[in-house]
Amino acid sequence: MIEPLYIALIPLIPIISFLIIALIGRRYFPTWCGFLGTLSLFTSFILSAAVAYRYFFEIGKVEGVYQKIIALKYAWLQFTPDLSIDMGLLLDPISVMMIVIVTFISLMVHVYSLGYMKGDARISTYFSFLSLFTFSMLGLVLASNIFMMYIFWELVGVSSFLLIGYYYDKPSAVAASKKAFIVTRFADLGFLIGILVLSYYTGSLDFGIIIERSTDPAFSGSLAAVSFMGLSALTWGVLLVFIGGAGKSAMFPLHIWLPDAMEGPTPVSALIHAATMVVAGVYIVARLFPVFSLACPGSLDVVAYVGIFSSLFAAIIACTQTDIKRVLAYSTISQIGFMMFALGVSGYGGEQGLGYMGSMFHLFTHSIFKALLFLGAGSVIHYVHSNEMKDMGGLRKLMPITHLTFLLACLAIAGIPPFAGFFSKEEILLAAWNSNKLVYYLAIITATLTAFYMFRLYFSIFWNKTFSPKQLEGHVNGETHKLHEAPGTMLFPLIILGLLSVVAGFVPFGKFVSSDGLALSNELHLSFSVVPVLLAIVGIIMAFSFYQKENAAPKKLATGLKGFYTSAYHKFYIDEVYLFITHKLVFNLIGRPAAWIDKNVVDGSMNGIAALTGSISSLIKGLQSGKLQDYTLYFFSGLIGFVLLIIYLWT
Amino acid sequence: MNEIGLTHILVISTSLFFIGVYGFLTRRNMITMLMAVELILNSVNINFVAFNKFLYPDKLDGVFFIIFNIAIAAAEAAVAIAIIINLYRSHKSIDISDADEMKY
Repeated sequence: MIEPLYIALIPLIPIISFLIIALIGRRYFPTWCGFLGTLSLFTSFILSAAVAYRYFFEIGKVEGVYQKIIALKYAWLQFTPDLSIDMGLLLDPISVMMIVIVTFISLMVHVYSLGYMKGDARISTYFSFLSLFTFSMLGLVLASNIFMMYIFWELVGVSSFLLIGYYYDKPSAVAASKKAFIVTRFADLGFLIGILVLSYYTGSLDFGIIIERSTDPAFSGSLAAVSFMGLSALTWGVLLVFIGGAGKSAMFPLHIWLPDAMEGPTPVSALIHAATMVVAGVYIVARLFPVFSLACPGSLDVVAYVGIFSSLFAAIIACTQTDIKRVLAYSTISQIGFMMFALGVSGYGGEQGLGYMGSMFHLFTHSIFKALLFLGAGSVIHYVHSNEMKDMGGLRKLMPITHLTFLLACLAIAGIPPFAGFFSKEEILLAAWNSNKLVYYLAIITATLTAFYMFRLYFSIFWNKTFSPKQLEGHVNGETHKLHEAPGTMLFPLIILGLLSVVAGFVPFGKFVSSDGLALSNELHLSFSVVPVLLAIVGIIMAFSFYQKENAAPKKLATGLKGFYTSAYHKFYIDEVYLFITHKLVFNLIGRPAAWIDKNVVDGSMNGIAALTGSISSLIKGLQSGKLQDYTLYFFSGLIGFVLLIIYLWT
Repeated sequence: MNEIGLTHILVISTSLFFIGVYGFLTRRNMITMLMAVELILNSVNINFVAFNKFLYPDKLDGVFFIIFNIAIAAAEAAVAIAIIINLYRSHKSIDISDADEMKY
């Protein structure tokens, strides 16, 4: 057994540091808050690495199968003897993998933020929010109970909201944070209903029991009988849970909040909106994977098609955006789409579970190289003071380390061997090839597009035109701005992550994480890899010819595909559709009548009651004249009345 | 009707009571009102004595009660006059209709 205290400390250390920073540190030692946060995260990271080592190599495996270990269980709200909301810690391969990723990326982002946020007036607030987020995310991945997960799910939503709106004096940041909150809340409604349905039909909120009961044929036979609109209740439950996951993971059509969320500080985008929080949707599907896969197989098709569609859709948009963080945001949606459809095409157990393994593997590698991309982009933005591609170009000589690490990350995400993304993407593509050819072809197109837009980004930032400092000075209002590569605290995480994106792919991931806990070999079929890699290289060459030197080719292509290009540039008008639905339809057809009813019927009846009372009291208030003799008269007449009444009743 | 019976006495006490009530309701002078209250009180005392004599001639409870009543009436008169004096100090009047601040 692993000492439960150590595991409990992993999420507890960040929340303690949050409390210290928020309650004491902000006032008394604001400059040291960053170091405190980083130190606490470092401790957490060491602990989770130790737990991962113990779990994977010493105690997790029983007869070759990785066990689910409940390290700690505390019945928090006991409703009935069977149904309770527990606060528990669940260790299984994916949660152990996730705590390592979360603490590691968070540590890197903390270190990076020490440099990036230096001099910001509210830096202590920033670090307290980061600690709060890390706590919530760790709680989410370790939750042993679906309701506990929901609580932490909302907590990560809140911390994401706080961090997107960190620059609260910027109207766009405020709008973006509200948008993120509302869209994810809307999806979370689905999640909550899903939880209620699942727990109602399985009679438990515990992940283990839900999975066990819903996959038990004797039990699920009776569940299948309960159906609504042609689908069994259980299928409805998991689909609703998936809606919550899709909202958090920015799947189409709930993806609209993620690109706007880039209004937050760049390290936050790296941590929350690329590496950790947005994969929560993938994580919940993986967590309930046996239910999806064994109890309601139809639901996995939904997951697969939503995943592949979002993936392709976001990749097309990413090719047209000019704000570098937005390109990365759409690329994130696209990569999460990859993880989703990988789960969708996967089966349970053995070789069938390749997609599951690939998905988790991609989650692992993606969080490394996408965090690196965002941190690199942050470094570029720090240097140029702009998010727009047109303000950049030719930076490779000026920021050599950022350039090199960014290149590594681009190669990794494009899936060029031997970088990390290659291995995980191959597993996913192989799983797709084995089960669904349509998904495979779409996926391979998306992978090509990925290589293209990532290298478009890379060439536009670091090559293209030559960078003139004059151009820069215009942006900082003429003040003399010394050009310098980012400080050491920012370069250190870049270098570490850069190294990892080279080597992370060599982790024998299938040995550790698979759908049923049995080891799965992730050998590569070299002949299979030829096509995707060639296509990725084609994408890179296209990007090279378009963007390596400033030329007219991109413009020509854009005018060639005019209608398509403009609609992709405007993100296929999804935001406009939402605005139309909310402003025109919801506001006019539901909001306004509801407001009218509220103002006239609800408020009207209340006002009416008040007015009636008022008029009656003004009618009778003359009775209370303040004259003693009037009161005496009322008293005596009342008395006489009573006496007469009693006499009348008595006789 | 040679002998004076209970009825006679009750008629007297009732008349006394209503004279008191009438006085209390119509007089504006607080001292006069206090006197009217004394009338009401004394009509009760008469009742006590009458019932004691006619219903329980061998007991003295009613009579003793009157002693209490008279003592209480004296105390009550003292309190009432104190109130009236205070009112006079603040309002410069002992007219009851001038003390009507406690209204809506």
